[in-house]
Amino acid sequence: MLFNIISISLGAILINNFIFSQFLGCCPFLGCSNKTDTAFGMGVAVIFVMGMASAICWLIDTYILVPLGLAFLETLAFILIIAALVQLVEMFLKKSVPALYSALGIYLPLITTNCAVLGVVLLNVQNHYNFIESVVYGITGGIGFLLAIVLFASVRERVQFAEYPECFEGFPICLVSAALVALAFMGFSGMQIF
Amino acid sequence: MNIKKQFKEGLITNNPVLVQQIGMCATMAITTSLFNGLGMGLSVLIILTCCNVVVSMIRKIIPEEIRLAIFVVVIAGFVTIVDLLLQAFIPALSSALGVFIPLIVVNCIIIGRAEAFCQKNTVGASFFDGIFQGLGYTCVLLVMSIVREFLGKGTFGGGLIDVANGFHFTLDGSGAGIKIFSGEYGATILTMPFGGFLTLGVLIAVMQYALKKSAKKKELAAKAAEEEKEVEE
Repeated sequence: MLFNIISISLGAILINNFIFSQFLGCCPFLGCSNKTDTAFGMGVAVIFVMGMASAICWLIDTYILVPLGLAFLETLAFILIIAALVQLVEMFLKKSVPALYSALGIYLPLITTNCAVLGVVLLNVQNHYNFIESVVYGITGGIGFLLAIVLFASVRERVQFAEYPECFEGFPICLVSAALVALAFMGFSGMQIF
Repeated sequence: MNIKKQFKEGLITNNPVLVQQIGMCATMAITTSLFNGLGMGLSVLIILTCCNVVVSMIRKIIPEEIRLAIFVVVIAGFVTIVDLLLQAFIPALSSALGVFIPLIVVNCIIIGRAEAFCQKNTVGASFFDGIFQGLGYTCVLLVMSIVREFLGKGTFGGGLIDVANGFHFTLDGSGAGIKIFSGEYGATILTMPFGGFLTLGVLIAVMQYALKKSAKKKELAAKAAEEEKEVEE
């Protein structure tokens, strides 16, 4: 069990990083990585929501959808759960932890359409993870996202001062630098755990 | 709204991936062979068209406050339909695209078109918008998969075309494609995540270059026309 959890965690953070090897969550990754601070806020919010969503969706899937034979409604149910969850988290934080709420700001509602969140929930079902494994995969997947977005934000801050052809202005140069960071992450791909 | 203008917008001047720069996750992830690219593109095209039509049909009766929730339910419904159809009839495509078919739900292209276009336009216009935007998306996927497959593996039409027993199309993803050069000379790295980021980046750069050039040309033409007018006067 412990080995299993360690291998899931390492896999989610480094080897199968959500962004650099599975391409989940690229929109916020490219959109919110202008500054290291905002990237960090976004990453923390994603960890939080991914962990919560994994837990709640696993419970609903196992105890409601599958027994009733409604597994084909998974996609629909999960996206509604995630939307509701994000809304709840937003209200809860606003009331009880206003400091964190104002730090996360607009990133909270944006997480609903982050495909890493829906992706992790669907992958939990696909890989037949149990409850603990699902939650661990959700949280460590979020940590992988945080690592990727913070690293990339630091790269981007330096790219601003670089000289590149005019037509690469904006998104293209971002994608090219992301490609190089992805290349670095490929170094983990040969890693074998246990 | 005229159809010709919508066509040009969907494919070139307002292309969802290259100009609006949305819906990139799947674009980079699955474009490793022509089979995957075409399958994904057509799935999005179908879902986008259906959602556009339904959203524009119900645009007058949905309350403003909960419109996004309703859009998401409509989209998730169509995505589930396509997902189940693919699992039943083209299982190879379904397993190749994996989690990216259900993830069309959170593809910004579809919810973006519902919000930006279908809310304000008639059913007919929305239908064509769906088709042309979907075509624009499909074209980008096709270009990316062709480039990545050719440079990475040296083949064309992997999964979709088989030439072993005469030229024919395969729907079970088993075709090896047309071999152009031996796979061992290919830049395998282009079929990996690195290649996805790089190819899309270069493609968008080329698009920006072309758009800028055509804008400059138009400006020059307008200037020339003005000067001519002045001379005439």
